[in-house]
Amino acid sequence: MIAALDNIERKDVDLEGLFSESHVGEVIEQLDRELVGLAPVKQRVREIAAFLLVSRARAQLGIESEMPSMHMCFTGNPGTGKTTVAARMADILQRLGCIRKNTLVTVTRDDLVGQYIGHTAPKTREVLKRAMGGVLFIDEAYYLYRPENERDYGQESIEILLQAMENNRNDLVVILAGYKDRMDTFFRANAGIRSRIAHHIEFPDFTQDELLQIAELMVAGMHYRFDDESRKTMRRYIEHRIQQPNFANARSIRNALDRARLRQANRLFARAMNGERTSSEALTLIDAEDLLPSRVFQNATT
Amino acid sequence: MRITQGTFSFLPDLTDDQIRAQINYALNQGWAISLEYTDDPHPRNTYWEMWGLPMFDVRDAAGVMYELYACRKMHPNEYIRVNAFDATRGFETVRLSFLVNRPKEEPEFRLVRSEGPGRSIRYSLQTVFPGERGLS
Repeated sequence: MIAALDNIERKDVDLEGLFSESHVGEVIEQLDRELVGLAPVKQRVREIAAFLLVSRARAQLGIESEMPSMHMCFTGNPGTGKTTVAARMADILQRLGCIRKNTLVTVTRDDLVGQYIGHTAPKTREVLKRAMGGVLFIDEAYYLYRPENERDYGQESIEILLQAMENNRNDLVVILAGYKDRMDTFFRANAGIRSRIAHHIEFPDFTQDELLQIAELMVAGMHYRFDDESRKTMRRYIEHRIQQPNFANARSIRNALDRARLRQANRLFARAMNGERTSSEALTLIDAEDLLPSRVFQNATT
Repeated sequence: MRITQGTFSFLPDLTDDQIRAQINYALNQGWAISLEYTDDPHPRNTYWEMWGLPMFDVRDAAGVMYELYACRKMHPNEYIRVNAFDATRGFETVRLSFLVNRPKEEPEFRLVRSEGPGRSIRYSLQTVFPGERGLS
């Protein structure tokens, strides 16, 4: 081993050149800009990017090293951005030369598991074939394994996946996603799959400030805006909503905003019926009035 | 007898890397790849068995190679060919077709003479599989 290392040409590599050449910086910057919070996730993405760049530099000097396994598992509560990051991952990995095509095939249990004997294997293979050269994203991966049903075909699908993850490591990156507790059960039952995934990334819940920031981004993305009053209301909304059951982080915020848009349209319409003129500012403004009728405030004690 | 059918058939057999490169070329042209196999390479045998459906939604050669390896495993001693279908209006046909697998011992052809109406003579080719040779 040491002798082999001695044979390597002594010369410097231009890591920075490689970095700017790959345009990874732009993707990471975009990730930073468009995704609020998620510090551990961004950290991990940066590490992976750096690692892949270093591997590439090593390859240029002729240091043999096998392509690292890039399979990932995203765990986290609902609405913490797992799917969003997965979609970006395909872009990042392609720029780093880890995969050849910028394709993301998103599947769930239904696409992989068949309904009768002999149906599962071709179905899973079909999906694998489509994803080859890109990223295969399995959402709610824990559904693949149903411990309560011994004859469930999910197990068969998992075995084929495992095989492909091992044998086609250079052609395919598999990303599993799911809620933390259920994924833990899933991995406990399928130890083989856990060990074949190099990157376990946990998505933390958003803080209230981050949620407000997300709300702002979403509103801007839909070409609406808040004023001071409605921003305060939104903050109070988030405070209350977090304590209520079935809170789904960014997804709850999105739903709240969707409902606020409905109310806003209704409000403008009612006003127009009364003969008031509607200004362009009014069309884009989400008013505190649009947020206040929410169930969240009615149930709140304060 | 070495069968020469399809593109590249007068060249030495393509290696897997060369096959992959050809498939990538076809995919970049927007053609759909399909695999077919047969044991009878008779020139008039146009309809080979299909190995699965044509892969209209595969975007990378790795997906095709995955199927090719599966097909070779199942039919190691038969002919396998890759077809690339161009759906562009005006073409709507196979644009590229080449062999990717052939049996270790290839069949030969025999010229068969038969008598037609009015004592006319007709000739046709008949495939002679290895091992059958003793019959003639």
